[in-house]
Amino acid sequence: MKDKNLRFRIIDGLLIAMMVLPLVAAVVLQIVTKPASEGITITGARVFFTIPMPLMDLVISEAQVNAWLIMITILGACLFLTHGLQVEGGSARQMAAEWAVEKLDGLVAGNMDPIFHASYAPFVGAILALSACSSLMSLLGVFPPTSDVNVVAGWAILVFGLITKNKLKAGVGAYMKGFLDPIPVMLPMNIIGEFATPVSMTFRHFGNVLSGSVIAALVAWALQSLSSLVLGWLPGFLGDFPLLQIGLPGILSVYFDVFSGCIQAFIFAMLTMLNISNAYPGDDVVQERRAKKKPVLAK
Amino acid sequence: MLELAIGIILGCCALGAGCAMIAGIGPGIGEGDAVGKACEAIGRQPECKGSVTSTMIMGCAIAETTGIYALVIAILLIFVAPNTLVGVLLKAIGQ
Repeated sequence: MKDKNLRFRIIDGLLIAMMVLPLVAAVVLQIVTKPASEGITITGARVFFTIPMPLMDLVISEAQVNAWLIMITILGACLFLTHGLQVEGGSARQMAAEWAVEKLDGLVAGNMDPIFHASYAPFVGAILALSACSSLMSLLGVFPPTSDVNVVAGWAILVFGLITKNKLKAGVGAYMKGFLDPIPVMLPMNIIGEFATPVSMTFRHFGNVLSGSVIAALVAWALQSLSSLVLGWLPGFLGDFPLLQIGLPGILSVYFDVFSGCIQAFIFAMLTMLNISNAYPGDDVVQERRAKKKPVLAK
Repeated sequence: MLELAIGIILGCCALGAGCAMIAGIGPGIGEGDAVGKACEAIGRQPECKGSVTSTMIMGCAIAETTGIYALVIAILLIFVAPNTLVGVLLKAIGQ
């Protein structure tokens, strides 16, 4: 391992830059675009520009830009961890990558049908990593993409598509019949229930991250007011300095950003797995359908 | 008259946001119950601590959902609804 050649090191450096630079770019973008006079405010994602489109304007907001930046970072991290894989031995980073993949495989194997292991583990891992890293972005002080409803709704719609795809494996007729399930009167309820899954997944994740940032902003604002009330009589710089803001927002951030963000990412991935797994009609139904189909094709 | 109408809109949005957060009672009771039961389970079978804790956190996060819905409604009522409703009012009276 000592004789790593120059090329290996250069690629390593590039990959590390790929990991770090997007985060730096996000912070710089935040500093450049956010007016300093704004102070502590509770706003949605700032809109950078809109692209006119035939049906609806495409809005490029902070959430989208940050989501793409974090995607580049995650891609860089994946490439860095898997750079220079070896069959025997291997470096610390290979061990880290293997540990992550093993954990993910174990998680998916524990919660999904055996037929889904290989095909859905990367998807679930991508959702988990993207969601967790997006929520953790608020530690850098930039806008976390998950606190924009559109980002999370996009993932939930993706999951809804996969759920429907798996439900359709029982056949279109059986899928339609499923809406009339116990009794035909339940049709409206079943349709609402079908759409409630993505909506509830969206709002659970989005609401948690948003509530964290709103509460953090309110506490920071309250502490600023309190410190200007208590320490405002001090002359010059000392009077303006929000001394009481030190400490408490950091503790809140550990709960709301780190704990809540990671838990919500885990919940989102968990619900993805359970919903997709439950949507699958079962091996016997699919086999039966294939058996029925084959004679038709033979004719 | 217009000031009164806008005042009613703003006041009712604030009242509605406050009323919506009554929903916070439900998740509070539910999560407390879940954590209490999890503590009982750990007391009975300390060797299951890991799996009980992870299941409890999962359940708590799902029980939290209704509270989060209420919070989203409250936040919408405070930050989004007043602008929209005042806009609707001004449009209706043609100003």
